[in-house]
Amino acid sequence: MNLPVQTEGLTKRYGGLTAVQDLNLTVRAGEVYGFLGPNGAGKTTTLRMLLGLVRPTAGTVRLLGRPPAAGRLTGVGALIEGPAFYPYLSGRDNLRVLARYAGVGADRVALVLDLVDLTDRAGDRYAGYSLGMKQRLGVAAALLKDPRLLILDEPTNGLDPAGMADMRTLIRRLGAAGCTVLVSSHLLGEVEQVCDRVGVIARGRLVAEGSVAELRGAAGLRLLADPLDAAAARARDLVGAERVRVVDGGLELAVEPDRAAWLNTELVGAGLAVRELRPRERDLEQVFFDLVEKGTADVA
Amino acid sequence: MSRSFRAETVKLVRRPASWLLLAITLVLALIFTYVFPYAGIAGGTDGPNTGRALPALLPDQLVGNSLGGLPVFLGSILLILGVLTVGGEYGWGTWKTVLTQGPTRLEVYAGKLLALAAAALAVVLAVFAVGAVASVLIASAEAQPVTWPSAGDLLTGIGAGWLIATMWAMLGAVLAVALRAVALPVGLGLVWMLAVQNLLAAIAAPLVDWVAKAQEGLPGPNAGSLAAALGAPGDTPGVAATVGGGQAAVVVAAYLVGFAAVGAVLLRRRDIG
Ligand SMILES: Nc1ncnc2c1ncn2[C@@H]1O[C@H](COP(=O)(O)OP(=O)(O)OP(=O)(O)O)[C@@H](O)[C@H]1O
Ligand SMILES: [Mg+2]
Repeated sequence: MNLPVQTEGLTKRYGGLTAVQDLNLTVRAGEVYGFLGPNGAGKTTTLRMLLGLVRPTAGTVRLLGRPPAAGRLTGVGALIEGPAFYPYLSGRDNLRVLARYAGVGADRVALVLDLVDLTDRAGDRYAGYSLGMKQRLGVAAALLKDPRLLILDEPTNGLDPAGMADMRTLIRRLGAAGCTVLVSSHLLGEVEQVCDRVGVIARGRLVAEGSVAELRGAAGLRLLADPLDAAAARARDLVGAERVRVVDGGLELAVEPDRAAWLNTELVGAGLAVRELRPRERDLEQVFFDLVEKGTADVA
Repeated sequence: MSRSFRAETVKLVRRPASWLLLAITLVLALIFTYVFPYAGIAGGTDGPNTGRALPALLPDQLVGNSLGGLPVFLGSILLILGVLTVGGEYGWGTWKTVLTQGPTRLEVYAGKLLALAAAALAVVLAVFAVGAVASVLIASAEAQPVTWPSAGDLLTGIGAGWLIATMWAMLGAVLAVALRAVALPVGLGLVWMLAVQNLLAAIAAPLVDWVAKAQEGLPGPNAGSLAAALGAPGDTPGVAATVGGGQAAVVVAAYLVGFAAVGAVLLRRRDIG
């Protein structure tokens, strides 16, 4: 079985600047993979190298089992760094021109326009499209070939909240239909609902990889009780000192959330006033930020 | 590649700028080859070009009259067309859009060059057609007989015109690839065609021997010699029999192939930003 995306030691240097360094990226068949990183991390450069648009300084790429530079890209659809079309043609005619290159029929054009909800405005000149409409057309073009592997670089750029939700639904549906999707984003929260796995890139290096739950880290409980000192002491007795931390005027307990009822009983029994006891959600963006900081510090 | 050619043809034909360029080409050809000279004759003005009398405007001179513009001013327009066709993809950032649909870079490039060659033929045919109409009108207005060039001369003329026109379009294409843009290649291309070539021919070549020698290898003078060999009027800018017609045709063809090949190598090697 060929992996949809596999890179080894992928590196790109622009003069003195290393945009991507020694990247080993693997996307498995049928999964939706989130490729996360802050501005300038090297996401777009990596995706361009995957598609053979940019030549790696070092390392190899295999896309659906073949090196992309060797010839035609078959079975792959992509939207890289924003949509780009011919301004003097309508949305539909733009797709028709692209369909000729792709060797697919006009029926696909109508179908993908419908998929991205652009049928109504498909006859208008591209130059007059709003940002979100351009982005939708870009996604439509990526779907033209009915690809087995779809590569989307920040597909929700410029979309309104409804458009973002539509995009997530579309990605989830494509994933469910067996299409492998590689989607990049700045925001972990944006892709967590649709991605099976995510990789985090910072300063050109992959600093973390795994499911969203793995990256988020161990679950826990957040406790607000008065007086705080007494509550902390009691909690340490109950679950072990190393599992209790004082954070923001409350306690964070590194225990399974299903122990909340038991803890509550114990604390109330000890005469403490428990104001709040709930599963601790580590803020996703904080997780992401920590990973990036850590990755950046490791590189430095 | 035929897919790419068809896609490129659609882009070229649907682009308003293409039609604007064609219209300008035909208006220029008509005005400078027929309208002004005829106005001069009809008005009885004795100018420096009195040699260009009525017989020079009649249908039997169609081949030379239609080729006269190609070495410089119609050539410039084809250069612009070449830049637009290739450079547009850089300007709009559409290389990535096209290439991610599957074709290789060289397939797309070959499609573009073929579409440009077809457009160059269409331009040359249109110039011949407009010239034919204009010369017939002048002949009938002046009650002169209408005799056409032989079919062989006509075909040779159209072929030579096509060769020159395509060569300039390829120069536009290679400039666009080299500079990855539209504006700068158009500007530099026009400076070369309209200023540098003329300065070399008019000022440098008569003074400096090696410039005169080098001229014989440049695309402009060879295009001018080819046009001159087929009867283009010698008072047209850029038309001069610097070298023989046969050699000129070979050199122009070599430049055509050279420009296309250099563009292909550059496009294949470099990153698509
Ligand atoms: N053609 C180029 N020439 C020079 N430097 C480049 C080029 N392309 C990218 N870079 C640099 O490589 C680094 C990575 O850029 P890249 O576009 O891959 O980031 P990104 O992760 O996609 O960022 P963003 O989230 O802003 O899109 C940046 O520092 C950028 O300036
Ligand atoms: Mg980017």
